[in-house]
Amino acid sequence: MTRKRRRLYILVLFLLGLGTATALTLTAFQDNLVFFYSPSDIVAKADVPYERNLRLGGLVEMGSVERVSGSTEIRFRITDLQHTIPVVYSGVLPDLFREGQGVVAQGRLGRDGVFHAHELLAKHDENYMPPDVADALKRAGHPQGEADPGR
Amino acid sequence: MIAEIGHFALLLALAVAGVQAVVPLIGAARGDVPLMQVAQPAAVAQFGFVATAFACLTWAFVVSDFTVAAVVANSHSAKPLLYKITGVWGNHEGSMVLWVLILALFGAAVAVFGRNLPPALRARVLAVQAMIGVAFLAFIAFTSNPFLRVFPPPNDGRDLNPLLQDPGLAFHPPLLYTGYVGFSVVFAFAVAALIEGRVDAAWARWVRPWALAAWAALTLGIALGSWWAYYELGWGGWWFWDPVENASLMPWLIGAALLHSAIVVEKRDALKTWTILLAILAFSLSLVGTFLVRSGVLTSVHAFAVDPARGVFILAILVVTIGGSLALYAVRAPALKTGGLFAPISREGGLVLNNLLLATATATVFLGTLYPLFLDAIGGAKVSVGPPFFNATFVPLMVPLVAAIAVGPMLAWKRGDLPGALARLWAAGVAAAVAVLGTLWLAGGPAGALLGLGLAAWLGVGALVELAERIRLFRIPASDSFRRAVNLPRAAWGMTVAHLGVAVVVAGITASSAWQTERIQLVRPGETVEIAGYTLLFRGTERVNGPNYVARRGIFEVSRDGEPVTTLYPAKRFYPVQGMVTTEAAIHTNLVADLYVVIGDPDSGGTPGGDPRVLLDAPADAAWAARLYYNPLVPWIWIGCVIMVLGGALSLSDRRHRVGAPSRARRPIAQPAMGD
Amino acid sequence: MRRLIFVLPLVAFAAVAAWFAVGLTRDPTRVPSALIDQPIPAFELPPLPGSGVPGLSDEAIKGKVALVNVFASWCVPCKAEHPILMRLAEERRVPIYGINYKDAEQDARAWLDALGNPYTAIGHDLSGRVSIDWGVYGVPETFVIDRDGRIRHKHVGPITPQILQDEILPLIASLEK
Repeated sequence: MTRKRRRLYILVLFLLGLGTATALTLTAFQDNLVFFYSPSDIVAKADVPYERNLRLGGLVEMGSVERVSGSTEIRFRITDLQHTIPVVYSGVLPDLFREGQGVVAQGRLGRDGVFHAHELLAKHDENYMPPDVADALKRAGHPQGEADPGR
Repeated sequence: MIAEIGHFALLLALAVAGVQAVVPLIGAARGDVPLMQVAQPAAVAQFGFVATAFACLTWAFVVSDFTVAAVVANSHSAKPLLYKITGVWGNHEGSMVLWVLILALFGAAVAVFGRNLPPALRARVLAVQAMIGVAFLAFIAFTSNPFLRVFPPPNDGRDLNPLLQDPGLAFHPPLLYTGYVGFSVVFAFAVAALIEGRVDAAWARWVRPWALAAWAALTLGIALGSWWAYYELGWGGWWFWDPVENASLMPWLIGAALLHSAIVVEKRDALKTWTILLAILAFSLSLVGTFLVRSGVLTSVHAFAVDPARGVFILAILVVTIGGSLALYAVRAPALKTGGLFAPISREGGLVLNNLLLATATATVFLGTLYPLFLDAIGGAKVSVGPPFFNATFVPLMVPLVAAIAVGPMLAWKRGDLPGALARLWAAGVAAAVAVLGTLWLAGGPAGALLGLGLAAWLGVGALVELAERIRLFRIPASDSFRRAVNLPRAAWGMTVAHLGVAVVVAGITASSAWQTERIQLVRPGETVEIAGYTLLFRGTERVNGPNYVARRGIFEVSRDGEPVTTLYPAKRFYPVQGMVTTEAAIHTNLVADLYVVIGDPDSGGTPGGDPRVLLDAPADAAWAARLYYNPLVPWIWIGCVIMVLGGALSLSDRRHRVGAPSRARRPIAQPAMGD
Repeated sequence: MRRLIFVLPLVAFAAVAAWFAVGLTRDPTRVPSALIDQPIPAFELPPLPGSGVPGLSDEAIKGKVALVNVFASWCVPCKAEHPILMRLAEERRVPIYGINYKDAEQDARAWLDALGNPYTAIGHDLSGRVSIDWGVYGVPETFVIDRDGRIRHKHVGPITPQILQDEILPLIASLEK
C-alpha cells in the first residue's frame, strides 16, 4: 500500500464521518431546537406554534398557583407583566418554584390558549432568575423598556 | 493573620512560577544544564506555596473566620465540618485555588518522577506547565482574591448552597479538576515536543501515563457528578445534557481518543501530528470546561455582571493558551516526520476509526452546547437544544464505536484480517444474538433497547474472547493459560477491563432509558402505590431536624409479593439560612434496579410550590404528591464507570507505564523509558 | 496545501474566540438602563398598615441621597439581602425607602416583625402598578437616588456585601459630595 493510497483512504473515511455527522447534526437541529417565547411573544405573534414543543418563560403570577384538589395537577399563570398565559402542569414542582419568581416551562401550547407543561425549570441559581426570563421580561417592556439602547 | 499568610504564599507561588516559566526555556534553547535544572526545585517550591495558601484558606473555613469574604458568602458556623472543608471549593475563588493546587501538584509530580526524561524535554515541559500556572495565579491574585477581608465582619455566614452540601458533590470538583488539570501535563508535553520538533515512541510512552491518570480521574469525576444529579435533583434522570455536563464530557471524549492514538504513536510511529492536536484539544476543552462554565458564559453571563474584568481575563487566558499552542502547531507540526504505513483494515485503522468517531461525537456535543449561545450572540431567536438533539446525533455515533471496540483489538498491526477477526468473535456474535432474542422475548422491545443490549453483549463477550485468545484458553493446558494470564502485561488487562466497563455502561444506559417506569400520584396516609411489582404503603409524614435544616419526610413501607423489602424516607428539607427548600430522593437499590421515590407538595389547601410553611406544617393526614420511578440497570452506569477506571488504573500500573519504578523494556526502544 | 490543514484548528479557534468575545459584551442580566439619570416617576403609595412608618411618594424621596429598595416577603433573595439593609440602616448613612411589591399586608408585616424594619418609609404597591413605572421586573431591586431625585444606579438581584462595598457605598459617597 502506497503512502498516497493510505492517505486517500483516511481522507475518504474522514469525509464520510464528517458528512454523516453534519447530516445528523443538521437534521437534529431541524427537529429538536426548542424555541423560547415570552407571554407577549405568544399574544403578539400571528403564527403561534400550536402543538409544538417550546419553552415559555416569565414570572409565576402572584396568587395564581392552585392545585386541582385531589390530583397532582397544578394550574398557574406565567406573566411578563404585560400578558399572561395559563399553564397546566401535572407532577412534582421543582424546589425553586415560587410565586413571583422566574420560571421556564417546557411543553405545548394548546389551541385553547392553555400551555400544557411537561417540565418546569426553576433552576435559577442562588441569586436571581434565568437569563432567558430576564430577557423576556425586558423585551415585554415596561414603558421604559422600549427605549433601551442596549439592544 | 492566617489569611494574609495565605495571600502572601499565593503571590510567592506566582513569582516562582514566573521564574519557572522562563529560565528553563532559555536553558533548553542554549543547552545550558544549570538553567534547565532550575525547573525541578521551582516546581516543588511552587507546589509548596500553593499548598500553604490552600491550607490557610481551609483553615479560615474550618474556624469560620467571618472576616474573610469568601467564608461569609459560603459558610455558616452551624454547618457540619465536612461541608466547611468542601465549602472551600464550593465557590469561585476557592475553586480556582483548588485548580491551581492540582496544577502545581502535577508539575511537582513531573519534576519528581520525571528524573529520567531528557533534561531539555523536562525543562520545557515544566516551563509550559509554569506558564499555565502564571496565568491562573495572576487571575486569582488580580480578580478573585480568596483572602479578601470584609469589614465589619458579620455575625454569621450566608451558608453554602444546600444543593452543594452533599458528599457526592463535595468530592466531585476535586476529581473533575484532577482530570482537567491532568491534561495540562499532556498539553505541556505536546507543546514541548512542538518546540523540539520531535515526536517519537518514547515521547508517547512518557505521555500515556499522564493521559491515563487524567482520563481516569475525569471518568470518576463525571460519574460522581451524574450520580449526584441522579439522587439529589430528584428528577430520576442521571444525565441531562446541560452545558455544565457537556463541558466535562468533551475533554473526556477527546481524552479517550488521545489514549488510543498515543498507542499508535508508541507502537507504530504514526498519527503523530494528530496525537499532538488531540493533546492540545483535550486541555483546551478542559479550560473551556472549567472557566466558561464557572464564569457562566455557557449558561448565562451571570458572573460577569458582578465583575466584567474576570470575563476579559479568562478570555485572554484562553486566547493565549489555546491560540498560542495552535499557532505553534500550525508552524511546527508540518515539519514532524510521518511514519508507519498501515492498511485501513488493521489495528491502526481501528484506532483511527475510534478517534474519528470520538472526535466527531465531541464536535456534535460542542455544536449542540454552543449553538444556542451563538444564535443569541448574533441576535437571533432564543432557542435551547435539549436531550433529543444529543440523542439524535451522539447515539448514532456511539453505535458503530461500541461495535468496533470488540473488533479492533482482534486485528493485527499494519494489515488485519477482518473476516478472520469476525470469525474468531463468533462467541460474541452468539452472545449478542442471545441478548437480542432474550430481550425481545422478555420485554418485546423497543428496537433501541434490542440494539443497545445486543451491542453490550457483543462488546462484553468480545473483550473476553480477546483475552482468552491472548492466554490461549482451551488451546493449551489450563495451567499454562493461567501462567500466561499472570504474565500478561497489565496494560492488556487494563484494556480488557476498561472495555468490559464500557459494555456495562452501555447496558445500563440502554435499559434505564428504555424501561424506566414513572408514576406520579397523590397519596394519602394508609394508601398504597404499585410500581414494577413493588407495593409501597404510605405511612404519612414526620418532621425531622438536621444540623442546619429542618425536614419533613415521608414514610413508605416497601414490600414485594407480601414480603417486606425496606422502608424509604423521601424528604423535603428547608435550610433557613438560605431560605431554600431541597428535595431528597429515597432510593432502594439491589444493583440490578433502583426504586426511586420523591415527595412534592401536600394537598392541604396552601399554595403549592416550595413554601416552607406549607411543607413543614402540613396536617398529618394530608395527601402528598409523590413521584416514583423504577429504573432498571441504572446502577450499572456507575458500576461500569468504576470498572473503566479500574481498567485505567491497571494499565497505569503496567511497569512500562509506571512512573518512577525500574522498567525492563519488553521491546528494544529508542530512548530509555520513563523511570528506568 | 498540507500546511493549510495544520492552520485549520487555529482558524476554527479564532472564530470561537471571537464569538466568546461578542458573548462577553452582552449581558442578559443587565437591565434596561433607560431610567438611569432620569427623574424618578411621579407616584404616591399608601403606607403598609401596621408597619409604623409612612407611605411613599416621589416628593418624599427628593432632597437627599437615598436608596429605594423593592422587596416582598415571598421573595427568597430579599431575605438574603435583608441583614445588609438592616446594618446600613443602623449606620443612618442614607434613608432607605421600601416599595413592598405585590405582597399581602399581613405577610409583609410578619416578615418585617421577624427580620426588622430598615425602611424610613414603605409604599405598599399591592397591584405592582408603581413598580412597573419604576421599571422593576423582579424583586429585589435597589435604586440609588441623588439629591435632585434622579435615579443614578439600579442594582438587580440581592445586594451582597461586596456589591455594597464596591458599587453602592462609593456611589453614595460621591453623590453626597
